[in-house]
Amino acid sequence: MSISTIEQGTGTVATNTGIDPRILRERRERKLRIIMPVSTILLALGLWEFLVWYNEVPHYLIPAPSLIARTLVQDWPTLMQSAAFTVKLTLLSLGLAIVGGVLLGMVFALSRTVEMSLFPFAVILQVTPVIAIAPLILIYVSNTFFALLICAWIVAFFPILSNTAIGLRSADHNLRDMFRLYQATPWQRLRYLLIPSALPYFMAALKIAGGLSLIGAVVAEFVAGTAGQNTGLASRILESSFRNEIPRMFAALFLVSVLGILIFLVTAWLSRAVLGHWHESEIKREL
Amino acid sequence: MNCQISRPEAPVLIEMKDVHKQFGNGTVALRGMSLQIRKGEFVSFLGPSGCGKSTALKMVAGLLSVSSGSISVNGHPAGQGSDGNDIGYVFQEATLMPWATVFENVYLPLKLHGLRRSEARPRVEEALAMVGLANFANSYPRELSGGMKMRVSIARAMVTRPKLLLMDEPFAALDEMTRSKLNDEVLDLWRSHGLTVIFVTHSVFESVYLSSRVVVMAARPGRVVHDIALSDGHQRTAAHRMTPEYTENCRLVSNALEGTMDHVDINH
Repeated sequence: MSISTIEQGTGTVATNTGIDPRILRERRERKLRIIMPVSTILLALGLWEFLVWYNEVPHYLIPAPSLIARTLVQDWPTLMQSAAFTVKLTLLSLGLAIVGGVLLGMVFALSRTVEMSLFPFAVILQVTPVIAIAPLILIYVSNTFFALLICAWIVAFFPILSNTAIGLRSADHNLRDMFRLYQATPWQRLRYLLIPSALPYFMAALKIAGGLSLIGAVVAEFVAGTAGQNTGLASRILESSFRNEIPRMFAALFLVSVLGILIFLVTAWLSRAVLGHWHESEIKREL
Repeated sequence: MNCQISRPEAPVLIEMKDVHKQFGNGTVALRGMSLQIRKGEFVSFLGPSGCGKSTALKMVAGLLSVSSGSISVNGHPAGQGSDGNDIGYVFQEATLMPWATVFENVYLPLKLHGLRRSEARPRVEEALAMVGLANFANSYPRELSGGMKMRVSIARAMVTRPKLLLMDEPFAALDEMTRSKLNDEVLDLWRSHGLTVIFVTHSVFESVYLSSRVVVMAARPGRVVHDIALSDGHQRTAAHRMTPEYTENCRLVSNALEGTMDHVDINH
């Protein structure tokens, strides 16, 4: 029987620069991750601009991107005011959804009885389209802002509630046993076991609820159809539609999209920051 | 080559009296188990799956209640009378918190007892050094191999300096090499810390190599069928696996185990 040793180092390719090829590849990948989406978007905008110009599409049907940009600059102050209103509405409703969802989720996780009795209400709130309840809420609640807030909250609340309740229950059974063996207090169990176990579920819910709260804020305002100074982007869109100011409509729409993207980026970053060092969903695998 | 347990004069640590366990779905997990375990013994619960060996272990730890009968540990009913410091428990899987570092995982039992990090640090480091993981305090469980995770789990069980170590098929999922290495480490811990160990396993070889006494159990319903005392294990090393004494003990325990299988309905 003979034992042979395999030469080490034959598998790696030496580079002139002396930098690990893996690091180079990673850098290139990181650049590509920015360059690729940006260039596709620019290309799409260019094509849009070209098609509008080439086919001489009237600006009250489809405005060219350049015209939308100009409108954005011209109407900047009013649009910003509206955007600020929408942001306020969105963040406030998301914040309240987090507080309410987490608190009720904890109660649900602690007591099956409470969950069984209250869950139908949560489901009813969830499955009824907000656009259908909004008129009622607007009638019952005299303060428009509060009415809008309630609508946006209803939409964002459910994912947080259900994921928190599931997450708090999903702690490993052997770990639970271990906490019992060492006679952990209920508070210690919650703090050191249940909450960390629930975090991945909560983070997934936050990503969903972030987007939903914006949708809720915009939809509610559409139904409310309010006009005047203290109104959001949805009102600008409605207003522009009445006045046939299509470029302005696009400009407001653009801002809504940007808001949505920002919320997505922030929640995605937050999720990575919280879970990145341990949870499968956020760990970058080495190949 | 069976002799009696080396030190019959050692005080009784665990006393199981006619213990029954029936689960909510009607399954009888354990029927009439009576057993005395003396301080310093290394006892294996050996048997096929469904024989109630893990159930018995959980009841000794106080993690499961008995349906009837009684278990006392160190003079107190199981699960009461101590603050959990006296018992170390190692699960079948490593059962680590994935969000916490190796240090945090081993620190947990002390943290739950209100020890501050600075106070606990020397003891956590001692426990990690005991299993050869002193340099991995800041790693996360996912960065470790299966064997290393199991070592962390053992360090966590040992950090409270328990008198009784309960192990529930701890090495069943590991490869043969890692397993025999960890077997030796557990033997070392047992000898150097004066532990009493209950080791649940379905491996004849593991039980014979490790224990001073093998409790052979049968399934459906779970019960004790043989209680075999083996020669003193205090001097056992890897070389012991080559001795005729070891082979003879394996044969003996194997036969005892096979006797239990006669009653098992294969078509069950």
